[in-house]
Amino acid sequence: MNDMKRAVVTVLGIDRKGIIARVSAILYENDANILDISQTVLDEYFNMVLIADISSATCSFEKLSAELSALGEKLGLQIRIQRSEIFEAMYQV
Amino acid sequence: MVTTSEILSTLKMIDRQKLDVRTITMGISLLGCVSDDEDRLCQKVYDHITHTARDLVRVGEDIEREFGVPIVNKRISITPAALISGGIKNPVKLALALDRAARETGVNFIGGYSALVQKGMTEADKRLMLSIPEALAATDFLCSSVNIGSTRAGIDMDAVRMMGEIVKEAADRTADRDGLGCAKLVVFCNAVEDNPFMAGAFHGPGEGDCAVSVGVSGPGVVKSALESVRGEPFDTVAETIKRTAFRITRIGQLVAREASRRLNVPFGIVDLSLAPTPAVGDSVAAILEEMGLECCGTHGTTAALALLNDAVKKGGVMASSHVGGLSGAFIPVSEDVGMIEAAERGALTLDKLEAMTCVCSVGLDMIAVPGDTSAETISAIIADEAAIGMVNNKTTAVRVIPVPGKKVGDTVEFGGLLGHAPIMPVHPFGSELFVRRGGRIPAPLHSLRN
Repeated sequence: MNDMKRAVVTVLGIDRKGIIARVSAILYENDANILDISQTVLDEYFNMVLIADISSATCSFEKLSAELSALGEKLGLQIRIQRSEIFEAMYQV
Repeated sequence: MVTTSEILSTLKMIDRQKLDVRTITMGISLLGCVSDDEDRLCQKVYDHITHTARDLVRVGEDIEREFGVPIVNKRISITPAALISGGIKNPVKLALALDRAARETGVNFIGGYSALVQKGMTEADKRLMLSIPEALAATDFLCSSVNIGSTRAGIDMDAVRMMGEIVKEAADRTADRDGLGCAKLVVFCNAVEDNPFMAGAFHGPGEGDCAVSVGVSGPGVVKSALESVRGEPFDTVAETIKRTAFRITRIGQLVAREASRRLNVPFGIVDLSLAPTPAVGDSVAAILEEMGLECCGTHGTTAALALLNDAVKKGGVMASSHVGGLSGAFIPVSEDVGMIEAAERGALTLDKLEAMTCVCSVGLDMIAVPGDTSAETISAIIADEAAIGMVNNKTTAVRVIPVPGKKVGDTVEFGGLLGHAPIMPVHPFGSELFVRRGGRIPAPLHSLRN
């Protein structure tokens, strides 16, 4: 049984400097481990998808989520974090 | 692991196509609260509900935040109130206790001010039914339903006659709110015991102590998926709907399992219904129009709806371990912007809606009719709809609102998820003598089916 808790961080919006640095700083400060990062441009939007292991995260999911969306507001981007099960449920039988 | 494009496509469904979980509904049995002392019954009911559902809203909000999918409503359904109110004289007191419990737990609705009278009415059933208008007028969160027929029992026409009058009275008592009481009152044939959707939710006598069920939604996602197969044959349409329904239902299943685990309450069912809201892009009518109809309600609508309803079930069934409730496509007029437009254009009539209910989930839902529609005409509408359910072995329901003081050409605004609706005409010819007969319409034959 794999007890790893994975979360998906997505950033949608217009590109600017330092997005990845700041998002990963928050994750680092909360002891989450980044497993994968990818960036694409879809529908004329900058998209970043980051997958992190939050099993050993030192804060609650709620706090992590609040910190990330606060950063999003500051940068004029939509940043959110979701448990990965929702995506796995939809696309894996 | 899922791919980036799958993740982005899910976000698009949530942000732009209004994908949501419509409700987490906790069903609570109140059979253990029975008492012949009014105050004691009300206190036990209040205590039991507020204790059992104390974490429901918080857990719902936690799941919503962690999975990033909106959960629009948290609701409670209870044992049909007539089954526990036999020992008391005034069931309205119980209604008020239920409303207080809903307020305390923070849920959006509490359903189950109900009676099951398909074969006959007990004194307790009658008392409860007669109290419905007052109970709905005096409460904010309470929903009520009455089952007046079934495939096995036939139709209780005495109850049908009573319900016509009760619907009228419910409208009159809430005349200041355009008859809003009727929006919380459903008359069923073949009611299901595990429906998580309001206004018709109750926790049936065949259920356990407590269960959580989830109702999914997502007409916008289906519509958007169909946009990519324009002009393709129906085989492709059906496949596309199935695949989409599968994904939507998987979210429902995930949320239901998670809610069940966190609340430490057994998982009941996932209801696969496509439930529209008045928001643009969240319409079942738009799906039918996407299939090639100029306007919902025109010729071809019933066939389109039959395909949609069946494909939703086929896609959803494999995505969940237990499917139940009403499962299908809902066609509430005031809650679906496409249906509202179709009704305003005159393309969608009461008669066409009745035909549509033969092939989809539930029935004549959230339909505003003139305030001077007689109780007998409403009873006759209920009887017609119940007959469709009885003969076709399916759930049908009537939720009509005879809006006090309004006539054809007017519109009525209910607000929120209930939306707005044009007043639709009913037939001007009477059904009084038919309704006044009373008695029972016998259960139909189950062989020689044609």
